[in-house]
Amino acid sequence: MNEQTLKVQKIKNGIVIDHIPCGMALKVLKILGIEGDRGSTVTMAMHVNGKNGPKDIVKIEDRNLDEREIDKIALIAPSATVNIVENYEVVKKHRVHVPMQIKGIVKCMNPKCITNQREPVESEFTVLSEEPLILKCRYCGREMKQKDVIESII
Amino acid sequence: MLKGKDIVSISDLSEREMQRIFSVARDMIPIAEGKEKSELLRGSILATLFFEPSTRTRLSFESAMHRLGGSVIGFSNPASTSLSKGETLADTIRTVNSYSDVIVVRHPLEGAARLAAEFAENPVINAGDGAGQHPTQTLLDIFTMLQEFGHVDGLKISLIGDLRYGRTVHSLAVALSYLGADVHLISPRTLKMPKHVIREMHHEPEIHERIDDVLRDSDVFYVTRIQKERFPDPAEYAKVANSYTITRKMTEEMKKEAIIMHPLPRVTEIEPEVDYTPRARYFKQAFYGVPVRMAILALVLGAIE
Ligand SMILES: [Zn+2]
Repeated sequence: MNEQTLKVQKIKNGIVIDHIPCGMALKVLKILGIEGDRGSTVTMAMHVNGKNGPKDIVKIEDRNLDEREIDKIALIAPSATVNIVENYEVVKKHRVHVPMQIKGIVKCMNPKCITNQREPVESEFTVLSEEPLILKCRYCGREMKQKDVIESII
Repeated sequence: MLKGKDIVSISDLSEREMQRIFSVARDMIPIAEGKEKSELLRGSILATLFFEPSTRTRLSFESAMHRLGGSVIGFSNPASTSLSKGETLADTIRTVNSYSDVIVVRHPLEGAARLAAEFAENPVINAGDGAGQHPTQTLLDIFTMLQEFGHVDGLKISLIGDLRYGRTVHSLAVALSYLGADVHLISPRTLKMPKHVIREMHHEPEIHERIDDVLRDSDVFYVTRIQKERFPDPAEYAKVANSYTITRKMTEEMKKEAIIMHPLPRVTEIEPEVDYTPRARYFKQAFYGVPVRMAILALVLGAIE
């Protein structure tokens, strides 16, 4: 068994999130709500040497991702790929991509923004730039960089 | 062209739409002056919802509506109305929408006008929502320059004072740069125009720290208020306020056709003696708010194509 397979040991069913920027694996787990002491088995490898330099990998058994979760991952790890594993086989593989319109998954960092009040609206941002990530609130116009976005994912 | 349109941000308007507003506003001047009578908006109701006070803007809108024969409902002190007691802005807007044909809203929270526009079926006009967007102010500022010079492109326009927090000046700077003006920014170092605004401008403005640098060759001096609250140290405020004041003596060094503008209310940025010089245009500018708002109301209500 070579070193690589040891690190990325196969799982029976679940998801493998690969090509996460170095050091972001814990953030990925956090936005997926995986922090407690129960639920799916999670394996994580950080600072793995990949073809394009070091990366992080996260594997979660018996878990699926919905579109909203994939969009969230795209915001903090735009280079990531999500592999869906069934019965030890990768049945689906997709690259995440930053959606054009980001609705309801990021909270505006401006405390005076109307979307942070008790109003029946979801936050909404337009993507000014993907790399580096810059979002602009459709309501108050505040611009948020990736660092702010990571702190504000709902 | 503009029937039913919300005017939340100046960037909601194309250059063609702006030109249409200006040309209608020009026709509205004799009516705004009371020299001609109009019943153009008879039977229409404007709701002015001022969740924070701004007497000048409210009166200007109300005058515009009355001059065109329309009616006005609304409030300027939300504390005294039941509307504000725990009710969401969305609900207030839905209710008022059913009582009126067009809504003007001013609100202290950023993005409130965008939200109002989403919940109202009728057109919503932003009269300032904390985010610095105050499109009718920007339009009347540009209209004043057009009335004075006939064009904006090529004019050397110096924006002076608090360019950081004085945020209606942000959308003005962006709009002027797109209309081809040569924009110069003059402010104390602590009150500089934010980088994200400069990034939005069509071309890099020139930045200065002293009025003296632009005194002799500017066509327009657009002066804004420097607020005391921005300075923790009162002595520092006094010093800054003093060096960004337009004096009567300065007006003598300006170009013969130069004009001085100010969104008002002013405090100490322009000496009262300047009012009597041929350079002063701020009261005229405030008057132009009425024909510009008349044009906007007539166009969004579809009374004029
Ligand atoms: Zn916002």
